[in-house]
Amino acid sequence: MKNDVIVVGAGGAGLVAALHAAQAGAKVRVLTKDYPTRSQTCMAQGGINAVLSHSKDDSVEAHIQNTLKSAHGLASPEAVKLLCENAPEAVEWLDSIGVQFSRTFDAKIAQRRLGGASGDRACYAQDYTGLKILHTLYDKVLASPNIEIDSERYLLSIIKTDDGKAVAGVAVLNKRTGEQEHYFASSVILATGGYARIYNTYSTNSIGSTGDGCAVAIHAGARLSDMEFVQFHPTALKNSSILISESARGAGGHLLNSKGERFVNELLPRDEVARAINDEMAKGEDIYLDIRHLGEKFIDEELPQERKLAQLYEGIDPVFDLIPIKPVAHYTMGGIEVDENSMTNIQGLFAVGECANHRVHGANRLGGNSLLELIVFGREAAVNAAKLAKNNTLKTPSLAKNDQWILKNYNANPEIDFYKVREELGDIFYENVGISREKHKLQMSLERVKEHISNLDKMGVVDSSKIYNTNLIEFLEFKNMLELARLVLNGALDRDESRGAHYRQDFPHEDEKYAKHTIVDFNGVVA
Amino acid sequence: MRIKIQRESLVEYVVPELEGATLLEVLNHIKTKIDPSFTYSSGCRSSVCGSCSVRVNEREVLACAHKVNDGDVVTPLKNLEIIRDLVVNMDKALSFNVASRAWLKPLSDTPNLSQEDEKINEIQSDCILCGSCYSACPVYAVNEEFKGPFSLTRVWKYVSDKREGDAKDKIDVIQTDGVWDCTLCNECTLVCPQEISSKADIEKLRMKSAGYGYSDPNFANMNFDGGLSF
Repeated sequence: MKNDVIVVGAGGAGLVAALHAAQAGAKVRVLTKDYPTRSQTCMAQGGINAVLSHSKDDSVEAHIQNTLKSAHGLASPEAVKLLCENAPEAVEWLDSIGVQFSRTFDAKIAQRRLGGASGDRACYAQDYTGLKILHTLYDKVLASPNIEIDSERYLLSIIKTDDGKAVAGVAVLNKRTGEQEHYFASSVILATGGYARIYNTYSTNSIGSTGDGCAVAIHAGARLSDMEFVQFHPTALKNSSILISESARGAGGHLLNSKGERFVNELLPRDEVARAINDEMAKGEDIYLDIRHLGEKFIDEELPQERKLAQLYEGIDPVFDLIPIKPVAHYTMGGIEVDENSMTNIQGLFAVGECANHRVHGANRLGGNSLLELIVFGREAAVNAAKLAKNNTLKTPSLAKNDQWILKNYNANPEIDFYKVREELGDIFYENVGISREKHKLQMSLERVKEHISNLDKMGVVDSSKIYNTNLIEFLEFKNMLELARLVLNGALDRDESRGAHYRQDFPHEDEKYAKHTIVDFNGVVA
Repeated sequence: MRIKIQRESLVEYVVPELEGATLLEVLNHIKTKIDPSFTYSSGCRSSVCGSCSVRVNEREVLACAHKVNDGDVVTPLKNLEIIRDLVVNMDKALSFNVASRAWLKPLSDTPNLSQEDEKINEIQSDCILCGSCYSACPVYAVNEEFKGPFSLTRVWKYVSDKREGDAKDKIDVIQTDGVWDCTLCNECTLVCPQEISSKADIEKLRMKSAGYGYSDPNFANMNFDGGLSF
């Protein structure tokens, strides 16, 4: 099937891209491995940063400076400028399509403080900001006759033109039928999300954040960059790793140790707060988030989801109790390397959202900037992709039709259970590739990951069904994560310094020598 | 602890008793430790993505929010095509959002919303499209084309919004297989994990419809034989 633009992934980034590509006149097909409203974006809670005309004591310049400071020299000033300057319009657009932002008493969009920000800058919809943005985008996509959504299609590979120079489409697995399907277009936008599920249960993320787009892109010849930068969110529930929004601290919540003492300025950027918590935990302290003093009325009004989550998953009521927390993997700054047009080194292959590296977050992302990124760069990517599609006649590649049931490629009687390895990988990463890293443990972890990679043919898929084989999907996701795990480790080992979220206890300071991006392709380090 | 799960037949599993475990944790245990061919959906594991809705003891729940009990019987959602085990096909149900035109048609200038304006449909915008209400709705037994609780809640969300530019268009399309087909039984409200009442939203849509000159067709079609003649 032919389209002008294919979007893979239907979270916030994918849906924004679809809307703007359609608006630019393209026929758009959206392919997603689940359903659009089930994507990671629904879990974003805190808000979306924008300096609005009514924002007090704030400026676009301050937004730019805060973002650059938190990025520790690894953000592009031009990209950050574009991000922050377009923020007010991005929020106005969301307002115009129906997002239920919380309001001030004088009928303005309400804003609150998040870590690392010098002003109350995050526009929010209670603590359901991502959910309400995602669903509004979805409704808007349904209104467009030029966008078709195909749910439950799992990305297998990028199809290129016969000369190998440009993208020509994608191959996906239809989860419902087990058939491989080919979709053709001269512009493909990857919006497939991050890879924080490498940390398995030590991640706030949905089980789908397995880095599929990054893994598929590097196989197709694209480059990935800054993969070693993984953000740990300071406050996830201790038992379940479920996120408690930074807005709880923004509103005045305190972090306490077992003695009931505060030990860090709670509104520093996430890397610094997470490290402070990690240090306390290393001393044997349990850590708690305390929002009791904010009062029941405020909590029910501004943080209703946090209360619900703490009650349901930690068995405590934050109106009356301390919330036990731990930092876990939350956001991956690294991703598919793109240029100022959001395009990869493969003609027509674009990337946007968490799977891409637009060089706006650098070594540490600020809360409220990821929802913003997907609105601003979702549009940029879409406009460029639609333009390229318009000026290009797609030559359908002479692709051998692949009717073979994909399961035939995998071991049906595995000696090694990949679910166990997946669990071990998460444990290793949390222990050795987490908030505090050092050479020896990174090397050990890399050896272990390489061993698992060489054992992949001893792992496989037990379920033989063609229909909705989640054992197969989970194995493919696991393979992608294992591959990206190696790149995260390589990057972390090569970077003998500490910068943002990458903290090496054996090299605790920033080193000018490393004020550069780690760029890799399938054959190894490019730059 | 024993739980039963509807697959091709009802299968009993013996699982370790974990204090306060959610059903989703138990499903994950079965999948990764007992039978990798067992099939279900999940995502955020924090009640916000709507992937893991199933029925436990004939009641719709999110697996990630249900604390599992010995003897629980787990079955897939109703009124939907079952793809495999607990996985259902949501396409038909979601198509009613399109049929109901459940999106904002913007005005040329976006009006400012006050706190009160935002509160009017705040809870309706908490919907996670888990399909629990759709499964619990008895109307599908008699009308498969019923636009249904979550789509009608979405319509209410938009027609009650000051930013909506064409409420009448939405009210027009929900007259057929829409607001008047609901029996107001309230099952949708009772199973909603986000505490939304589609029944109440449908009642509000009926009033709104009356404002546009529509009335209950069931009432109009009633035969008053033997009643007063005018």
